[in-house]
Amino acid sequence: MQVKEYKPLIVAFCCNWCSYAGADLAGNNRLNYPADVKIIRVPCSCRVNPMFILRAFQRGADGVIICGCHPGDCHYTSGNYYTRRRMALLFSMLDYLGIERERTRVEWVSAAEGAKFAATMNDFAEKVASLGENKRLEDLRCKK
Amino acid sequence: MQEITRDILLERAEALLADGTVDRVLGWKKGEFAYDVTPAVFTTADELRAEFVWNDFCGANFSKYLIKETAKKDTKVLVFLKSCDTYSFNQLLTEHRFDREKVYVIGVPCNGMLDPKKVKDKAESVLSVTDNGTEVAIETLYDGIVTVARDELLPDRCLNCKSKKHVAYDELLGTEGDVVANARFDEVARLEAMTPDERFAFWQNELSRCIRCNACRDVCPACTCEKCVFDNPNSGVDNKAPANEFEEKMFHIIRAFHVAGRCTDCGECSRVCPQSIPLHLLNRKFIKDIDEFYGEYQAGAEAGSRAPIVNYDLNDLEASEAVERGNE
Repeated sequence: MQVKEYKPLIVAFCCNWCSYAGADLAGNNRLNYPADVKIIRVPCSCRVNPMFILRAFQRGADGVIICGCHPGDCHYTSGNYYTRRRMALLFSMLDYLGIERERTRVEWVSAAEGAKFAATMNDFAEKVASLGENKRLEDLRCKK
Repeated sequence: MQEITRDILLERAEALLADGTVDRVLGWKKGEFAYDVTPAVFTTADELRAEFVWNDFCGANFSKYLIKETAKKDTKVLVFLKSCDTYSFNQLLTEHRFDREKVYVIGVPCNGMLDPKKVKDKAESVLSVTDNGTEVAIETLYDGIVTVARDELLPDRCLNCKSKKHVAYDELLGTEGDVVANARFDEVARLEAMTPDERFAFWQNELSRCIRCNACRDVCPACTCEKCVFDNPNSGVDNKAPANEFEEKMFHIIRAFHVAGRCTDCGECSRVCPQSIPLHLLNRKFIKDIDEFYGEYQAGAEAGSRAPIVNYDLNDLEASEAVERGNE
């Protein structure tokens, strides 16, 4: 019998102007990062509604990472400052409810930081893999 | 026992009706049992004299009622607000939810309102409840009179009262109180000190009782969206019952997040929860975090203030640091 190797499913919300381009650069430079990182492009990191994060967990994600422009570099001037406050509060709340804090992360990746993007994803995937499957916020109906 | 008696409120309400300042009064009338009173609108002095009630169970926060009540007519409505209610009142004014000119507020001092759930825990078949200030005599059908210390019947929100000060009123009865020291974050800190597994078990146990009756949302003075995400069929989360563990948590996380920074910690959510879920602990976590991360902020303390979650600072701490610090 073949045992399926466990690979964490990671959802990465990347802002159009910095992090998505950073991911592109990582690809162009042939840098490796796990194929199980699914990138969702958003106009700005502050487009990410807390519901998106919960939805990702519901549909089977094991970790969710939000990538945006460095503070001060937001294409819309201040979007990522709001992201920072919102996500600080949301992640603290998830932690309060007992959902492991390593499953959620905010990282600032600029369009020039292809290497940082790949390194961040490798590190995040490793952390999430060590936690194992997301059992605490999953929806059994969404299991394949 | 409340410092201000029914007669004083009645006298003021009748006087204001008589001189035409207001044409209706938002108050309480007797419910089915001694411990439940029902919010009601009175338009005449006769109605008031016959049915108006003011006792230790008048805990409902009337701020939110004003949105619908003021929309009905152009005339003024009289409302009695306790100190904690005035914070919600200010918060609603900040959000432009009703016209201040259409409301006449009488601030009423409050000595803490009794929790009907705790009364029912102490005695069965309650006929009447009499309060002498330190002790409460509960008259029952089968067990005679049960006497309980008043403190034992107070809900958490009154035991940890945050303020006796009225932050908004047209007229104040009795003496003005002050913001009081309280231990409302102790329970949150106790949970934070647990391991993630223990916290998860605690919340699993609490939230799995949720029946998605939406009472917490309906009563919440911060939940005043005309179209709530939980009523929107396109949102995919408008179920009337939580289908599984995910939905129980999702509903409460999202609801707490939607009111974060606007929640005045009035405690209405926990008061109305038919399943006795300590919902105020979720809101208090956000309040505690906001205080710790972005400086002390009390929603509703002054009308027009900008909540921390719709604001930012260039030197805010990062999300990863926040989680660390939140657990200290």
